[in-house]
Amino acid sequence: MIRFVLSRVAQTLAVLFIASLIIFALMRMIPGDPVLMLLGDDYTEDAYQQLRARLGLDRSIVHQYVFWLRNVLQGDLGDSLLQHERVSRLVWEAFVPTLTLVVASLVVGVLIAVPSGVVAAQRKDSAWDWGSMGFAIFVYSMPAFWKGIILIWIFSVHLRWFPAMGYVPPWVDLWDGLWKLALPAITLGTFFSGLVARIIRSSLLEVLEQDYIKAARAKGVRQAALVYRHALANALIPVVTIIGLQFGALLGGAVLTETVFAIPGMGRLTVNAILNRDYSVVQGTILAGVFLVVLVNLAVDVTYAFLNPKIRVA
Amino acid sequence: MTAETILDVRDLTVDFHLDGTVLRAVDGISLSVRRGEIVGLVGESGAGKSLTSEAILRLIRCPPGRITGEVRFRGRNLLDLDEDALSRIRGREIAMIFQNPAGSLNPVFRVGAQLHEAMALHLDEPRPALRARVVDILARVGIPAPRTRARDYPHQFSGGMAQRVMVGMGMSCVPALLIADEPTTALDVTIQAQVLALIRQLARETGAAVLLVSHDLGIISQMCDRVIVMYAGRIVEQASIATVFGAPAHPYTRALVDCLPRVDGVERLGTIGGVMPGLRALPPGCRFHPRCPIAEPRCSVDVPALRALTPDHRAACHLARPGA
Ligand SMILES: Nc1ncnc2c1ncn2[C@@H]1O[C@H](COP(=O)(O)OP(=O)(O)OP(=O)(O)O)[C@@H](O)[C@H]1O
Ligand code: SF4
Ligand SMILES: [Mg+2]
Repeated sequence: MIRFVLSRVAQTLAVLFIASLIIFALMRMIPGDPVLMLLGDDYTEDAYQQLRARLGLDRSIVHQYVFWLRNVLQGDLGDSLLQHERVSRLVWEAFVPTLTLVVASLVVGVLIAVPSGVVAAQRKDSAWDWGSMGFAIFVYSMPAFWKGIILIWIFSVHLRWFPAMGYVPPWVDLWDGLWKLALPAITLGTFFSGLVARIIRSSLLEVLEQDYIKAARAKGVRQAALVYRHALANALIPVVTIIGLQFGALLGGAVLTETVFAIPGMGRLTVNAILNRDYSVVQGTILAGVFLVVLVNLAVDVTYAFLNPKIRVA
Repeated sequence: MTAETILDVRDLTVDFHLDGTVLRAVDGISLSVRRGEIVGLVGESGAGKSLTSEAILRLIRCPPGRITGEVRFRGRNLLDLDEDALSRIRGREIAMIFQNPAGSLNPVFRVGAQLHEAMALHLDEPRPALRARVVDILARVGIPAPRTRARDYPHQFSGGMAQRVMVGMGMSCVPALLIADEPTTALDVTIQAQVLALIRQLARETGAAVLLVSHDLGIISQMCDRVIVMYAGRIVEQASIATVFGAPAHPYTRALVDCLPRVDGVERLGTIGGVMPGLRALPPGCRFHPRCPIAEPRCSVDVPALRALTPDHRAACHLARPGA
């Protein structure tokens, strides 16, 4: 287990290194001279050379990369060209609502996916199966903005149960926070549940055929314990991997969902930064996104190993 | 003096309803097991041995399966019980172990925990007492360092050790009947003998009866008092070990006996020509007639009934004669 974790950590570091190279290269390939852009109307040849030197842009590309990486590792992502604010601060402030939304959606998704996947597997080929799997495909394939708008239309405009937009951190005001988070989390969570429910169904169907299930039944384990303890404990192992693989898609979905519900998260920050050509902010958001996805994958792999005794105790 | 009958199966039939057709995999089987006795169920692969034994505990998924007949256990028909009542009998009064020991243990739970669960389901004992019994049982079935091994996972056990655990688990609630479906088929020959000896020893100590399923008449002859021979979903002969070897009445049983390697080397190894018919192409009349060396014209028309030749000997063959 320790060896496995160490090797995965090493892999993760390698991936992050390569990602940093790509991000760095992309930033250098963007047309336009950042020095010119920074100087704007204050341009003089002297000032140009001075600023160029100050930014280290007169050095070799390798030197520039090392310099950049060192700053990034210290949490210094530079300054926003437009907002006169540290990029790291902007990114962090946008990151928290996004992560809150993603976590809430994971919870909603799992709460929907587990029962519907289990019901579908247990009553394979019944109306329950068709119904819950049809629902899964439906909510999975419906675009986030459309689903969001429909939810707003039903639950905020007509029923007035939930607010249509806004964000309050749940740890500042739990009820208000959760209340405002409900519709976005359902929008994104159903997408996720649609995927996971189908995985749980097929994984559970496979597990229920295994000899140890028959053996457990033969020793007197009742149906509910058989499904929810014996079978699900095995069937959920691959689901953890899927969560990891789909985390990037979930982040992408979060960006869309935020836009619909006006949540001040990474989505809004990135979109605005791109529209304003605020490159250092774009770079910061990409960096944070990559970092998060890679870390989540590491966490998922470690969890997988932990859940699977064949890897944990080897 | 005959002991009390604990299991009495009558006219047991297992059908599978698959895409419009009905496959009859077990066709009207009747058998009984008395207290403390070891009964063998023998037959070729596909004869319906596993389905028969699983039908007793209703472990076959229905639908597509359908079980009819009667499975009387201590007077109650198990086919009439609801799932809840049935789960109080499974593992408590009738235990079952399977062919694939490595796959019979849940890979994500510790071996000790699974043993613990088997007892906690049925025995009203405090946790510490059960935990102590887990270690006891592992020691009894010959697992070295039982205290540490209880915390191991199934993949850390060899097939032989896993099957010992399964035997120990099966016997943990002192059932009246242990059904062992090919318990040693997946194991090495030397390990086979150990596991069989363990089954016999525990059965003797607890007074449990055993229904031992095997395709190997050699194993059956070492373990059992009585033998039931199955062919293509039906019982063809039922007799004591001595009768089966001394005076088998059914040509199929004779062929099985002839196939056994003899220790004394007197007779040569025989083989049975042909293969057992599949469920989709069962021949009319006696199902053995395409392979039977002494078949007569009526054999392909009339189904031979299972007739008593002596009170303890039954055979389903037109040519079987009492005392033959
Ligand atoms: N779920 C099922 N659906 C359809 N047919 C089945 C099913 N299970 C078993 N059968 C068929 O029933 C017949 C008897 O199967 P069974 O497993 O009882 O044989 P067996 O005597 O135990 O053989 P083996 O030595 O291979 O274990 C076989 O022809 C098998 O193909
Ligand atoms: S009934 Fe006929 S075919 Fe069947 S075993 Fe007897 S002799 Fe052979
Ligand atoms: Mg079998």
